[in-house]
Amino acid sequence: MTSQMADVIIRASALSKTYSVKEGRARKQVQALRSFDLEVKTGEMFGLIGPDGAGKTTFMRILCGLLLPDSGQVAVLGFDPVTQQHKIKQDIGYMPQRFSLYQDLTVEENLNFFTDIFQVPRQERSARTQRLLEFSRLGPFSKRRAGALSGGMKQKLALSCTLIHTPKLLILDEPTTGVDPVSRGEFWDILGELQQQGVTILVSTPYMDEAARCDRVALTYAGQILALGTPDQIAGQFPHQLVRIFTRQPYDVAAALRQLEILHSVELYGDHVTVALDDPVTVVEIIRKNLDKRGYSYTSIDSGQADLEDTFVYLMRQLSQATQPELGNDLDSHAK
Amino acid sequence: MSNLISIARKEFIHIRRDARSLLIIILMPLLQVMLYGYAIDMDVKNIRLGILDQSHTPASRELIRKFTGSDYFELRTEMDRFSQIEENFRKRKIKAALVIPADYATSIQREATTPVQLLIDGSDSNTGSIVLNASRQLLSLASFESSAAARAPLQIRHSIWYNPEQKSSHFIVPGLIAVLMMMICALLTSISITREKETGTLEQILVTPVKPYQIIIGKVIPYVVLATLDAFLVLEFGRILFGVPMTGSPLLLLIFSLIFLMAALALGILISTVARTQQVAMMMALMGTMLPSIMLSGFIFPVASMPLILRLISKAIPATHFLVIIRGILLKGNGFLVLWPYALYLFLLSFVLIAISIKRFKVRLD
Repeated sequence: MTSQMADVIIRASALSKTYSVKEGRARKQVQALRSFDLEVKTGEMFGLIGPDGAGKTTFMRILCGLLLPDSGQVAVLGFDPVTQQHKIKQDIGYMPQRFSLYQDLTVEENLNFFTDIFQVPRQERSARTQRLLEFSRLGPFSKRRAGALSGGMKQKLALSCTLIHTPKLLILDEPTTGVDPVSRGEFWDILGELQQQGVTILVSTPYMDEAARCDRVALTYAGQILALGTPDQIAGQFPHQLVRIFTRQPYDVAAALRQLEILHSVELYGDHVTVALDDPVTVVEIIRKNLDKRGYSYTSIDSGQADLEDTFVYLMRQLSQATQPELGNDLDSHAK
Repeated sequence: MSNLISIARKEFIHIRRDARSLLIIILMPLLQVMLYGYAIDMDVKNIRLGILDQSHTPASRELIRKFTGSDYFELRTEMDRFSQIEENFRKRKIKAALVIPADYATSIQREATTPVQLLIDGSDSNTGSIVLNASRQLLSLASFESSAAARAPLQIRHSIWYNPEQKSSHFIVPGLIAVLMMMICALLTSISITREKETGTLEQILVTPVKPYQIIIGKVIPYVVLATLDAFLVLEFGRILFGVPMTGSPLLLLIFSLIFLMAALALGILISTVARTQQVAMMMALMGTMLPSIMLSGFIFPVASMPLILRLISKAIPATHFLVIIRGILLKGNGFLVLWPYALYLFLLSFVLIAISIKRFKVRLD
């Protein structure tokens, strides 16, 4: 391995993967990955952001050798996971999206099982198990069956089991989906500690606040990468000015504004509507007039800085309107 | 090797904590021995017999004594009109009726043959044919005694070997071992491997350094141990409750049983490579292994009387061959020289099935 190679821990180029899915009686081809290119550098925390069906899980499974790509090249730690799967197994830890430990085994038994099958040296076993129990704050629950743990504790146990062999690369598929906010915070604190210890982390998440904690993120949608860079860089890619209209009638306001062709995009959120536009001074006047004329009230119209989510939603909208116009309406509502 | 042990140990914990599989493994042998041993008693005894004696002579009473004196029949009613027979059949009072003609005593002295009528309720065909056989025996005995020796030149002196009392339990219990082993090995293993697929744990193990064959063999070890244990339990229950003998070599039985276990396991593993959910695996195992093992192996129903296509299927089923082996060893004391072809077939079959399933067992998810 050359020093330049060592810098890149995951390298994927032009990866494609198509599934055949049964839909009623017909079989439908679904493209999970379309010519997917990505490089992850050693030591970084890399986030894959995107809605369900973006291809995040497929990509991770290909990295672990669990799926074969239809075409394209992939290298993990310098090896091909397709043909050299056995060479990377000792160095990667993979946490599937679904809780995949044994529910009828206790915390301790699950940990012991993975200690066994990763063949952790005998003299290190109890030290490592103890450290992981402490690290995951699961010590007091070591005799509890995994099935009886809370969602957050389950995820911490799953993480502990993927850490038992001290992998160099962690691949985590939506580790915090369905976990309460406090546990999510704790989980990400743990990931931060791991990164400081030198572990490279590839993590997928649907949560933008988590994405912001990554060194770099890739925005993925429909098997493609829409944008790639640090969270700030991506937020900076927003090509227009952004204005947020806070209102009690966000749904009506959004519907009204969508008829104004001067606006580049209108996105509906819980308590406000976000609008992409150029030349805010004139356009905001037009918006005000329009809303007043229709009698919609609003508390404020603020021009603001586009964040990661704004950019992502904007890019996603552009792409879906370009390729599948009928899909545009699926993106109408975003919970923030 | 250590991987095998850790997977096997984990599997033992699963079994210990799963009430259903525990129940199947521990209670099933006892329950089955009791049920099959007592309830499916195919030895027909005490058949309800009605008699219409139109002769009323010492000779006719002698014949009646032949029937009532045997274990097969129990005299329920003596009738005096022909019409009563059908009435009694309908009321389920009798299963068979013996009609002795009025000229019985004179005919038996003078004529070459004397007709005696036997009416049988054929709604239960199995019992019917047994009644017929029993009556034939009794009548031939009676005709031999009642006539001069010269008139009956041929005489059967039968002797039944290997199961002299013709106890059906001796026939059933060895078969039960085959069925139980099939159930534990094919049904439980296929469910347990499919469960790892269904719950996603397989996805997690496949990214560890464990090899697929280690997963399979490790998961299968506990079931081999338990199935062997169960076979031993059934043998013991059979011996204690019904006096089922062990005429041949127990060691040979153990070795051949392990070969049969392999075939059953191979079937279970094969099922688990096809089935996606535990439910499907269970249905496949029940229909594909349990049912044929019970119906077509000769466990209860004789293979010889089946139509050709079923006989061919029967020949392919592992249980058929194991039944020959286990009955041979337990009842006849057969040794290796007699039984090796059956064991060889089982061995080859399991070899082929295991090869297919290891090829089919996917290291990947799609």
